[in-house]
Amino acid sequence: MKFSTPGSTQESELKAGLSDYNLDILSRKRAGLIWRLIFQASTIVGIIALMILILNIINSAYGYTALKAKVDPDTLAVEGVPLEEQNHGQLVAVLQSHISGPAYKKLDNEKPFSERSEADVRALVIARVVRLQVEKTWNLWDSLSKSGEINTEVARDYPDAELRFTSWLNSDFINRPQTSEPVTAGIRTAIYGSLWTILFTVLVAFPIGVGAAIYLEEYATDTWINRLIQTNINNLAGVPSIVYGILGLAIFVRALEPLTSGQIFGIVDPTTANGRTVLSAGLTLGILVLPLIIINAQEAIRAVPVSLRRASYGIGATKWQTTWSHVLPNSIPGILTGTILAISRAIGETAPLVVVGASTAISFDPASPFSKFTTLPIQIYQWTSRPQDEFRALAAAAILVLLMLLLTLNAAAILLRNRYSGRF
Amino acid sequence: MGEAIIQSLLFLSGFFSIFTTVGIVYELGKEALLFFQMPEISLLETVTSTRWQPHTGDFGIWPLVTSTLITSAVAMLIALPLGLAVAIYLSEYATPRARSFLKPILEVLAGIPTIVYGYFALSFMTPLLRSILGRDVVDIYNMGSAGLVMGILIMPLITSMAEDALSAVPRSLREAAYGMGATRLETALQVVLPAALSGISAAIIVGISRAVGETMIVAVAAGAGPNFTFNPFKGAETITGHIVRISGGDLSYDSVDYNSIFFLGLLLFFITLALNIFSQRFVRRFREVYE
Repeated sequence: MKFSTPGSTQESELKAGLSDYNLDILSRKRAGLIWRLIFQASTIVGIIALMILILNIINSAYGYTALKAKVDPDTLAVEGVPLEEQNHGQLVAVLQSHISGPAYKKLDNEKPFSERSEADVRALVIARVVRLQVEKTWNLWDSLSKSGEINTEVARDYPDAELRFTSWLNSDFINRPQTSEPVTAGIRTAIYGSLWTILFTVLVAFPIGVGAAIYLEEYATDTWINRLIQTNINNLAGVPSIVYGILGLAIFVRALEPLTSGQIFGIVDPTTANGRTVLSAGLTLGILVLPLIIINAQEAIRAVPVSLRRASYGIGATKWQTTWSHVLPNSIPGILTGTILAISRAIGETAPLVVVGASTAISFDPASPFSKFTTLPIQIYQWTSRPQDEFRALAAAAILVLLMLLLTLNAAAILLRNRYSGRF
Repeated sequence: MGEAIIQSLLFLSGFFSIFTTVGIVYELGKEALLFFQMPEISLLETVTSTRWQPHTGDFGIWPLVTSTLITSAVAMLIALPLGLAVAIYLSEYATPRARSFLKPILEVLAGIPTIVYGYFALSFMTPLLRSILGRDVVDIYNMGSAGLVMGILIMPLITSMAEDALSAVPRSLREAAYGMGATRLETALQVVLPAALSGISAAIIVGISRAVGETMIVAVAAGAGPNFTFNPFKGAETITGHIVRISGGDLSYDSVDYNSIFFLGLLLFFITLALNIFSQRFVRRFREVYE
């Protein structure tokens, strides 16, 4: 090779180079078309996945149910007054005479009967005395397409049962407290739990988050410590949420137990008396969403033009006056949008709250920061883990409520963004 | 004077995040150390044994690690090709109108809580797999369906990061390729994709990190109980799934179980931290090239 003339090397290189190129235009176009279809199909797969997910949930949340009562409600009439029309006192009496003494005491300890509403007591009577039980459930698709077969099956296999078309998602479901019986179970306790938790999350994360963003965008100079803070925030955003749960367990539940159980304020909730409270959960989620709020708020602040700041300095304003009266008012829509998105992340979080110690069964609403708690996703998790179909149906109904809540929040964020975007 | 107070308050807010990191490392490290000081634990056994059964005193980390790797691998098998294909479609092919319609859909997919995906895995993906592959092949709780659904969850994440990287490639590169007579596909795959490679690598690493730390899908659908198996259709508990199950009851302080979740949490923290730092390196590189 060493002795070959320079000209022939060039020629062979040119030939080798040419063979890399596919000169068949038709086959290149065909390849282009095929891949384009593949790319398009992948996009469609994503859309189909979303549709199946939602249809699957709706399919489980509605359908026929075969119900059977353990105790016929007609036998519970007191002096001729049927169960539906009894007043508070009569309902408590029915409950007391039909369940064991210790069970009654336990319920009274959780929340005295005098404080429970009539609807709550009636739900308790239905849950603990009548005990309507689900024999079998069918999903929406089967209920619509095979209603005849379902009717004959119920008549044959469950002669004492009543077949009802059930919408698991209904106003009672949202209003009732949690119970262990699927027919009377509701998510009011969980919704209040979620709201209480989010309240503390926002109280912690919003001021600290916005403060940190202002510091990093307006005050921080390029020193090693500020770079460290920024890098650290970016890294924290990628830490799995369950790690925050473990941190919350160690710090808020255990180390700060006197504070989070309300002991130092002298208002210990008799049912908890440990740190597994609404407050601990809210603080844990607050730390979890803090990096998100900071990063979003930083972007919003960065979008405010420098000219605005210069104009403010030019008329003699101090740094804080400029930030407070010019930068913040102009970036607040962006900051709020980011905060709403962070809140919707916090509302959907399950894993850290399981670790922090959400309660598995509570039938009363949280009343203070020091109450035991359960939240909507925790409730969904518990129902999903039960093998029976009726609990799956409850989980599906609760998921619909959760998704509607998140959709509302996201719609608000998008409206806010569209209304104020592109002003500069 | 007032200015100085405000500035130090703002600095404290910024510094708060450092406390969080220090808190994670300190608290998790402290309890993880206690875990290894317990009489029934030996470090050697933990890193070599393939059994994790707290009630018999076996604490080998491998069954939890392999199942985490398998669910993550299945997830990436779905999320990577789909996510990249969608990113290429959105950045190189889609009209502005199609983009404005498709991107919100992906955002919705990314915003659905993971517990909902867990429900989906258990109530849709598992029965689907069982009806296709047979009931004796696929367990009720299995890593495969958890991994597949996790792939759907991670896909939008990869898409959005990869699309950012592709869009950051300057137009001039594409125009030069068209000028040389390249087709749209050739431009996309041979010019734009290599130019955006570091950003795409970052997207892939973030996807892996997300898959390793993902909790509720595996807690619901992948099975309860550590199981040393490489068969994706068997049930096996991942690191995150184990933490959730163990801490589900009222966990008593200073028990082996209590300390073990801190060790596992610390392990997760360092794995994801390493992956995230790695990915930020990549992102910085592609920014440096084109900005």
